[in-house]
Amino acid sequence: MSDIVLETSGLSRHFGGVAALDNVDFSLRARELRCLIGPNGAGKSTFFNCLTGLLRPSDGHIFMRGEETTGWPVHRIASLGVGIKTQVPSVMDGLTVRENIWLSASRHHRQTDHAERRTDEIIARLSLGPISHNLLGRLAHGERQQVEFGLVMTGDPWLVLLDEPAAGMSPEDMVRISEILRELNDTAAMIIVEHDMQFIRSIASRITVFHQGRVLVEDDVERVMSNPTVRDVYLGRTA
Amino acid sequence: MMAAAAVPIALLLPYVIDTYTLTVLAIYAMLALSLGLVWGYGGILCFGQAAFFGLGAYGYAVGAINIGESTIAMVVAVAASAAFAAILGAMMFYGRLGDVYLAIITLVVTLILYRFMSSTAGDAYVIGKARLGGFNGIPGFPTLHVPGDPSAYIWGDALYYLCAAILVLVLILVKLLLSSGFGRIAVGIRENETRMSLLGYDVRARKTLLFTIGAAVAALAGALFANWGEIVTPRLFGLTQSAEIIIWCIVGGFGTRLGPVLGAASMGYLKFLLGQQSLIDNTLVMGLILILVVLFLPRGLVPALAGLWDAAWQRVPARRVQRRRRDLV
Repeated sequence: MSDIVLETSGLSRHFGGVAALDNVDFSLRARELRCLIGPNGAGKSTFFNCLTGLLRPSDGHIFMRGEETTGWPVHRIASLGVGIKTQVPSVMDGLTVRENIWLSASRHHRQTDHAERRTDEIIARLSLGPISHNLLGRLAHGERQQVEFGLVMTGDPWLVLLDEPAAGMSPEDMVRISEILRELNDTAAMIIVEHDMQFIRSIASRITVFHQGRVLVEDDVERVMSNPTVRDVYLGRTA
Repeated sequence: MMAAAAVPIALLLPYVIDTYTLTVLAIYAMLALSLGLVWGYGGILCFGQAAFFGLGAYGYAVGAINIGESTIAMVVAVAASAAFAAILGAMMFYGRLGDVYLAIITLVVTLILYRFMSSTAGDAYVIGKARLGGFNGIPGFPTLHVPGDPSAYIWGDALYYLCAAILVLVLILVKLLLSSGFGRIAVGIRENETRMSLLGYDVRARKTLLFTIGAAVAALAGALFANWGEIVTPRLFGLTQSAEIIIWCIVGGFGTRLGPVLGAASMGYLKFLLGQQSLIDNTLVMGLILILVVLFLPRGLVPALAGLWDAAWQRVPARRVQRRRRDLV
């Protein structure tokens, strides 16, 4: 299909003798929202890190919008228009909220005044105005997460890769984050690695279940939840 | 504003301290500023800034002997040292070395240069007409003169004013660099390298460039130092020299432009004063100062003074304080 924006074939990653990722074929359509789930060690984070370029796959290929990106360094993949958010909030703690957003804006807007304008836009859109001159290191976890979403959003990505965006969030933060996600999803395809089933249900999407480095099931959220094999490997036999 | 304040200070200082000492203090300040830029703003802990300082000095001496005049020799000194830094930097940053390894490698490179330069006695070690001279170094090269007029030497008071002017110029250039996109991005990389590459910045290339710029400033200081001392010796690459630059930055406060400058000038002057007596060993005093500063002013003198200033002028609008804080961090 022509609207496939991300595709992997035979993607594998070995750590010593262990195959953390074993021959994964995967594809994602434009503006699709896909969640990756699986028990610890299932390979979803390894898969995520191979996509972002943080890890080099041992074997297989990755294509983004038809271009092979296997083994590219992170900054080249990001430059394609891919927004990435890692599991631990990764922000510039010693700088202000505004400077953080500006650093993302300036990557995409060479001219200073364009970058400044874009920064103001994003700050207004995320209602970060009151805290825009605060140092990021002094903000609450939820606010820092939000700024990191701002960093991702500033680049107008067509593909967004998120590793556990709901981790450690309060219920109110969660509501705000799902709003941001929906807004991003209007223009971008999205891959979300997530543990929180409630959160996944709230953003209702297709799910890919990883197990022992392979794709176990790929289906809609409700059908995955009622799938007995998934219950066995992921939710545990007693569930 | 800082540059405007620096000019009258530079003009008044000769009434208090002799210009011969002031010249070397200005040179040390420039050298410290180069590390302050690379370490304080770029987050690159380089233990080998002395290598680029020494190469600048040697580059000038060798260049001046071969060319017979000083203007091109200055350019040669800075260019050679910067080229060396670009190659070394590219190897380290593209090789994805961690901070600790980077510190060790830069230190080792400095010590290798020290050993190498010390062993270059004899006729086998010549570059053009210049004998490297082993442990005794290279004396008797043509010193700075007015460009185009090799008989008009710049020395004594004039050399001081020249060094002070270059220091002010470098301070202004560093300020411009830091407020440019390149500088702001460099600070972003210092804060979070992974995040910056996730945003699409080529961290390796940018670090290599910043490292090279820092080396060029250190080389400029080295070339001026050669003119001040009128001799270059392998001691420029010594462990003492490497350590001192770092101490200047820590005492003055890195992450500021003024910190390394004042740190170097005050520690340099103190060392000069202590050198005139034989009661206390001066490295002991230096070490003590370093320990006291690290314990009681962990961010260094200048940030501590800036904090006092802010506290004394509490009416400063919140926005300005924020802006200043951003400058300092």
